[in-house]
Amino acid sequence: MEILQLTISGIALGCIYALIALGFVLIYKATETVNFAQGEFMMLGAFAGVVLTMLGLPLLLAVPLTVAGMAGFGMLVERLAIRPILGQPQFTVVMLTIGMGYVMRGLITMVPGIGAGTHTLPVPYQGMVWRTGGLVLSVEQVAVIGVTAALCAVLYLVFRYSRIGVAMQASSQNQLAAYYMGIPVRRLNGLVWGLSASVAAIAGLLLAPITFVHASMGMLGLKAFPAAVVGGFGSLPGAIVGGLVIGVVESLAGFYLPEGFKDVAAYVVVLVMLVIKPNGLFGENLRKKV
Amino acid sequence: MRFLFKTDYRQDLSLARHSGHVFWYGLLLVCLLIAPGWASSYWIAQLGFVLIYAIAGLGLMVLSGYTGLLSIGHAAFLGVGAYAQAWLTSHGVPFVPALLAAGALSALAGVVVGLPALRVKGIYLAIATLAFGLIVEEVLARWDSVTGGNAGLPVAAPQLFGYVLEGPVAFYYLALAVCLLATLAVLNLLRSATGRAFIAIRDSEISAQSMGIHLARYKTLSFALSAALVGIAGALYAHKLRYISPEQFGIAQSIDLLLLVVVGGLGSVHGAFLGAIFLIVMPQTIVLAKDFLPPAIAQASGLQALVYGTVLMAFVLFEPLGLYGRWCKIRTYLELFPFYRQGMFRRQKAFQRSERLK
Repeated sequence: MEILQLTISGIALGCIYALIALGFVLIYKATETVNFAQGEFMMLGAFAGVVLTMLGLPLLLAVPLTVAGMAGFGMLVERLAIRPILGQPQFTVVMLTIGMGYVMRGLITMVPGIGAGTHTLPVPYQGMVWRTGGLVLSVEQVAVIGVTAALCAVLYLVFRYSRIGVAMQASSQNQLAAYYMGIPVRRLNGLVWGLSASVAAIAGLLLAPITFVHASMGMLGLKAFPAAVVGGFGSLPGAIVGGLVIGVVESLAGFYLPEGFKDVAAYVVVLVMLVIKPNGLFGENLRKKV
Repeated sequence: MRFLFKTDYRQDLSLARHSGHVFWYGLLLVCLLIAPGWASSYWIAQLGFVLIYAIAGLGLMVLSGYTGLLSIGHAAFLGVGAYAQAWLTSHGVPFVPALLAAGALSALAGVVVGLPALRVKGIYLAIATLAFGLIVEEVLARWDSVTGGNAGLPVAAPQLFGYVLEGPVAFYYLALAVCLLATLAVLNLLRSATGRAFIAIRDSEISAQSMGIHLARYKTLSFALSAALVGIAGALYAHKLRYISPEQFGIAQSIDLLLLVVVGGLGSVHGAFLGAIFLIVMPQTIVLAKDFLPPAIAQASGLQALVYGTVLMAFVLFEPLGLYGRWCKIRTYLELFPFYRQGMFRRQKAFQRSERLK
């Protein structure tokens, strides 16, 4: 029973990692760049939600506004910062997004009255628990798991059936060929950044009731890298599975192993994974040709 | 404009390419040697930090700037060197052997990280080094019996041939000597066959391999040499601060080191020094600027992060060759005076550099 309880809380945590990792993978598949500021996108999303509810908006209005706003923000970032250096070595984009993360974290602390403190997002299900048998389920965790599952289903349907989703798949497989087929690859890249920012915002909004919202909560994004690598960096289902694996491992390590292992469990897993199977669980095994 | 006529084989071998180099670098060295005579002890202490960061920057430059491998966990090597030095000197090992041992131990750690690096590249390598850096930080915090845990560890003043080097001036000369040796070593390394192999790997792994360069060996070697230099810098850092604790060697420090090489200019030895100066001067400039800013901004805890991030973004977007690249442009402009063209240093776009094969 104990192990089941730990697994469920691990899955709930893993869902957050999975959503952030999903953002990495979306961007990586589309533009072959990695966004090190994904955690900060999540932080911004959580703050946007907090600010909107503070202004008196009901939660049902604040959430869609936040998600839409972050989508716009993601597209803006792509247009202003990423597109000018497209085609440069990966190092460049990594440094750029690290800088971007720093800037966002710094700017948030400067917002008077909000940035310095910690906040909570008031949700109707705050602190509620369900008891079934010997299990104690907090509704917050169930909400995280449920929303993640629903979001995955929506994304699956979009990529499978909608015109724009199919175009995104095509451009992630071969940009040049997609371009020749008349797909507006640049505009799609912008959309992908928007999509990934809004997924990060959802992760932030889900995390907000569980932990506090503060300026350095984006550090959680560092834990999502292992998730993306374990699943294979180029695979969307891989990101979800990787996130869940990391979440459960961390939750179990925190209980059964000595203190300190919880924080590094994710990184140990990723190092082992890189040595054994560098392409991840779901990654395609590709070799570069000359 | 200067034309180089080589009339002697020794000209090919000497480090200084022409008399201008000899004059200017000689002048710089003399200025540094007599610096304690005219600068206040505060600035000497800061200069000591610049020299230490320059050594660490040289280390990361060998790896990132010349071999093209990205590392987001280099503060871990700084930590390994610092703690090794602290532990060894507290157990009675003299300064020089301890320094060499700290470098060697750090190099060993570098080989360990280098092993997964042989199979992965690009972003995977960045994440592997990030994971390594975070694990080392946690180990430093938890291994109480050796590292003193989160409480930290006091470090004695360096002791050299029976003399205790107290005070910033003595330490400054020590750091200057080590830094000079490190710089000469790196300069010689880069013009040797090994250094050329590193540069070949950076420019194209496949062509390097085709030319008979053993990728695994040279990548591991690059990691080891880089880690050794950073470890030596860490050892000096421990003596400089006299007190070390794990959070000094975390992700923030790693990103500071990356900032150093990017701002200084990737792929140049000068860049390591310019970047080190930047890294030391920047926080003080921010402190000075605080008086002129509105209190909401000046009191915010994230002010330094904001400035660092902005500088990093600005350099990546507008001056990818860093401070040294800017200096090269100015020099070329002056040398060619009316004939300088805008596009002389334009970046080539490399859209074909896809990591995928489809």
